[in-house]
Amino acid sequence: MQDIIRQLEEKRRLARLGGGQKRIYAQHAKGKLTARERIDLLLDPDSFEEWDMFVEHRSTDFGMEENTIPGDGVVTGFGTVNGRLIFVYSQDFTVFGGSLSESHAEKICKIMDQAMKVGAPVIGINDSGGARIQEGVASLAGYAEVFQRNVLASGVIPQISMIMGPSAGGAVYSPAMTDFIFMVEGTSYMFVTGPEVVKTVTHEEVTQEELGGAVTHTTKSGVADKAFDDDAEALLMLRRFIDFLPANNREQPPVRPTPDLGDRIETSLDTLIPDDAAKPYDMKELITKVVDEGDFFELQPGYAANIIVGFGRMEGATVGIVANQPMVLAGCLDISSSIKAARFVRFCDCFNIPIVTFVDVPGFLPGTAQEYGGIIKHGAKLLFAYAEATVPKVTVITRKAYGGAYDVMSSKHLRGDVNFAWPSAEIAVMGPKGAVEIIFRADIGDDAKIAERTEEYRERFANPFVAGHRGYIDDVIMPHNTRVRIAKSLRMLRGKKLDNPWKKHGNMPL
Amino acid sequence: MFKKILIANRGEIACRVIRTAREMGIQTVAVCSEADTRALHVEMADDSVLIGPAAAAESYLNVDNIMKAIADTGADAVHPGYGFLSENAAFAKALQKAGVAFIGPKPEAITVMGDKIESKKVALKAGVNTVPGDGGAVENAAEAVKAANAIGYPVMLKATAGGGGKGMRIARNDEECRDGLKRASSEAETAFGDGRVFVEKYIENPRHIEIQILADAAGNTVYLGERECSIQRRHQKVIEEAPSPFLDSDTRRAMGTQAVALAEAVGYTSAGTVEFIVDQDRNFYFLEMNTRLQVEHPVTEKITGLDLVEWMIRIADGESLSFGQDDVQLNGWAMEARVYAENPLRNFMPSTGRLTAYRPPLEDDSLRVDTGVSEGSEISIHYDPMIAKVISYAATRDQARTRMAMALDEFHIQGVEHNIGFLAALMGHPRFAEGRLSTDFIAEEYPEGFQAQDVTPDDPTLLISAAACIHRAYQERASMISGQIQGRQRIVSDDWVVLMNGEESTVSVTLRDGGYDLSLKSGRVAIETNWKMGEPLFQGEMEGQRFCIQVERSGIAYRLTHAGAEVDVLVMNPRTAELQALMPVKKAPDTSKFLLSPMPGLLVSLSVTKGQGVKAGEELAVVEAMKMENVLRAEQDGVIAAVKAESGETLAVDQVILEFE
Repeated sequence: MQDIIRQLEEKRRLARLGGGQKRIYAQHAKGKLTARERIDLLLDPDSFEEWDMFVEHRSTDFGMEENTIPGDGVVTGFGTVNGRLIFVYSQDFTVFGGSLSESHAEKICKIMDQAMKVGAPVIGINDSGGARIQEGVASLAGYAEVFQRNVLASGVIPQISMIMGPSAGGAVYSPAMTDFIFMVEGTSYMFVTGPEVVKTVTHEEVTQEELGGAVTHTTKSGVADKAFDDDAEALLMLRRFIDFLPANNREQPPVRPTPDLGDRIETSLDTLIPDDAAKPYDMKELITKVVDEGDFFELQPGYAANIIVGFGRMEGATVGIVANQPMVLAGCLDISSSIKAARFVRFCDCFNIPIVTFVDVPGFLPGTAQEYGGIIKHGAKLLFAYAEATVPKVTVITRKAYGGAYDVMSSKHLRGDVNFAWPSAEIAVMGPKGAVEIIFRADIGDDAKIAERTEEYRERFANPFVAGHRGYIDDVIMPHNTRVRIAKSLRMLRGKKLDNPWKKHGNMPL
Repeated sequence: MFKKILIANRGEIACRVIRTAREMGIQTVAVCSEADTRALHVEMADDSVLIGPAAAAESYLNVDNIMKAIADTGADAVHPGYGFLSENAAFAKALQKAGVAFIGPKPEAITVMGDKIESKKVALKAGVNTVPGDGGAVENAAEAVKAANAIGYPVMLKATAGGGGKGMRIARNDEECRDGLKRASSEAETAFGDGRVFVEKYIENPRHIEIQILADAAGNTVYLGERECSIQRRHQKVIEEAPSPFLDSDTRRAMGTQAVALAEAVGYTSAGTVEFIVDQDRNFYFLEMNTRLQVEHPVTEKITGLDLVEWMIRIADGESLSFGQDDVQLNGWAMEARVYAENPLRNFMPSTGRLTAYRPPLEDDSLRVDTGVSEGSEISIHYDPMIAKVISYAATRDQARTRMAMALDEFHIQGVEHNIGFLAALMGHPRFAEGRLSTDFIAEEYPEGFQAQDVTPDDPTLLISAAACIHRAYQERASMISGQIQGRQRIVSDDWVVLMNGEESTVSVTLRDGGYDLSLKSGRVAIETNWKMGEPLFQGEMEGQRFCIQVERSGIAYRLTHAGAEVDVLVMNPRTAELQALMPVKKAPDTSKFLLSPMPGLLVSLSVTKGQGVKAGEELAVVEAMKMENVLRAEQDGVIAAVKAESGETLAVDQVILEFE
């Protein structure tokens, strides 16, 4: 018995040491923390319960049988973030470069299965060189087991991937299927094929950072949702992020007290819309002045910035915010922004998070690049997502709501619950100038007449009343009352119950 | 008395005039450009008239449109404020002709004093001390150099029609003299439509001290003490105070007497200001007379108890002064700080944009805030970027200074770059506190510009404690989230590690009703505060001392601003602090290889081409913003690797103009 306990202690000591002090120093020298240190930052103090500390790989090829480390390169278990249950796996780069073996994968699958049973989020901290090559297909099978679980868990429990080191080849597809991907600037990379392969195949010379660094994925590819300065910031911000999310799809989003009352008036919003319709304004000002305490957690801020998505709270409860950004591309919808917003809307719908949409959209971005790129299909994703969503939907049109983009942006017709317009709203098929040039084609060339017709059109349609007459707008609200009216609407919608017809799943235009 | 006064101005001064007019029971009419239709002065006035497009030349300087507005509204008097038409004799004459009272001096006085050369002649004749230099406009560079050599370097090249620092250049040698003439002349041409420039002696270590006078039509003229306005940047005043910490009563009397003599020599009526330059031996020389209300008039109002606008109105209405020189008493000390939309780090370049947050400090007997904006107002490229004036008043200079520091800590502005931190740092500057002022103060004390991150917090304990309290409050609330596991609820620890400026402090903090109790290495402190999460001002009392710290959440840090210092503070549990310490320090990107546009503006000209070698100090480009030409010069020797912008291009702030090899 004493001997067993001594052995246990020795195994624990070895497991905690991972790949050894030297490799830990190397990890630190790269500006990275170890798997366990990361868990310490993420979870409430002393809340971590570790599983499978004694799991070792079963490989006997290439001398691997001589080379085992308890835990096999991944630390798994559960703990709490602000008292709420979280499952976590954290790959240990100091152990076989964090490579994924069959048993490493089994450990991940074990906590995913448990998380599904009890309905709690899974956080995956990725820092892995890829497949354990010595294990061959067994390692690939391990990946697939994880993928399958990612898919089954999708929409049931929130899954978040922290990329805190390399993630290459097949390894990228597990994060790709989770709900959110966060990266660390300078130390994390994601790519399907690395710079070496790229060079031999396409003759492109590219660095790891350029190919799949945090900047690339948060600005060019849109693969990642946000990048942080370092491990500490990433994990501490993740704690704040988790506070927005419900534990699973059967629960309502969490609520916490706030001193910021729902009846707060913001007089400065009355001057947010410039007199000149061609002048942009910053939609983020509206968002931060509406949500509790100005606390808005934006996702993908550097990608498709013509649309803004992220989480805030209204009277303590989480809401998802989607908003056109007039500062970028006049706030129009294009391929990237449609995909970005569609995915966010679907996340909110999965997890019972009400969606607040702020609309100032002049339409879809025209051009061959967009048409050849398939804006028809990609734009339809956002339309599909909004139309399918059954969570409470509150919409505020601040200025332009033109054409098909008006329909898309959580309109009344897509089962918008409460649709407001500011007095500056213009809900029409298109802007006055374009409309007149079509309706009064005969008058083109006669500038005076066109000007007169444009004014006529502006008077007729450049206001919220036409839509109001038909009930497409529930009310015209003063900008300073926006928070008050949204808060009241969300309270009213708390009991909302709406089900889509039974189906295996829809066939969204992917 | 007048029935209705039209204020031919905008911004804080229009609002300030409206306030007095209203107190006197007089109706007010505001005028506005298209950019100002929603401005505060329009809102405050009884009536308002749109007088043209945003550009001042087409609106606030448009005499015809303003005359029409006067006729349409039936105003019987006009207050011109400062700037714009306030010193425009033609406007004053037009009013005279239309039978409308001009609340200011007679056109003749404006004309004489508006001409630097003429005014100097009058001053000489009236026995007023003047600066060496004959004041004649120079025709060309050769003449300028000759005049400069006659006077002796350093010299000042000054626009004849100048004011407000525009069209002014210092030259220390012949080359600078030639260059300065070119710049001053072209700037004067754009700003005033008059490119004439003259040369005068430049006085080193000078102080700018001015005398406020008030004169009625009956020939009574009094001086209301002085204002010291030595704290200037780009030749524009930033901080003014009354009285001056430098003057003795003999000098004050001598300056006042000369100012009155000058006013009488031109038959001056209304309020006016005679500006002097004072050297280190208290020799004073006449600079110019401003025939209008000054921006900094409130400090005089505070120490004299007079309302200068009221007296301007009464005098314009024909009333005589009800008091004489002997009745003028100076009580206490007043200071004014001008809050500008500008970037103190980038040579005080103007900043424009929307005031997304604007919360001035609360006014009381010891504090006055004059402003023309409210939250949501736009600081436009078309006008002066002044946001507000903060005026403190107390029995002593030190108290007025402390009161000002507090007020600046409480002033919350977002949306534009501003100089509040800089003003607050000035208030805490030992040399300022001692009153050792000079118009070179800012250039000498902040040669590299001002960076809030470089200011060492004067009271680190306060900032550390504040951060700990704020973090504790956020953590306490985080522990109240729904959905926690029974029996595993988050319990917030009292013990935290605060990381500020690379130094760790352990702090224990507990919450209680109305505040926090802290235990630091230096001892125990109690903080009383009503602060609520999300509020930008963490205000309260620590050990009986009032404080106000501005707080903004910046990622995992709290960005605290206090007394001009800005610090990012982290508050962590001990384990997190241990791990955070392992994080590498990220370096800011190296921008020394680029010439960046210091402000949004127009690239007027590029003086270099690709491949060209440049010497430190050589002109690279000229950027125009707010009607000011800003010459961007090479900071070091180098070679131009690439030209990234074209002349005529509109530049964003930080846009790359040139790349160096």
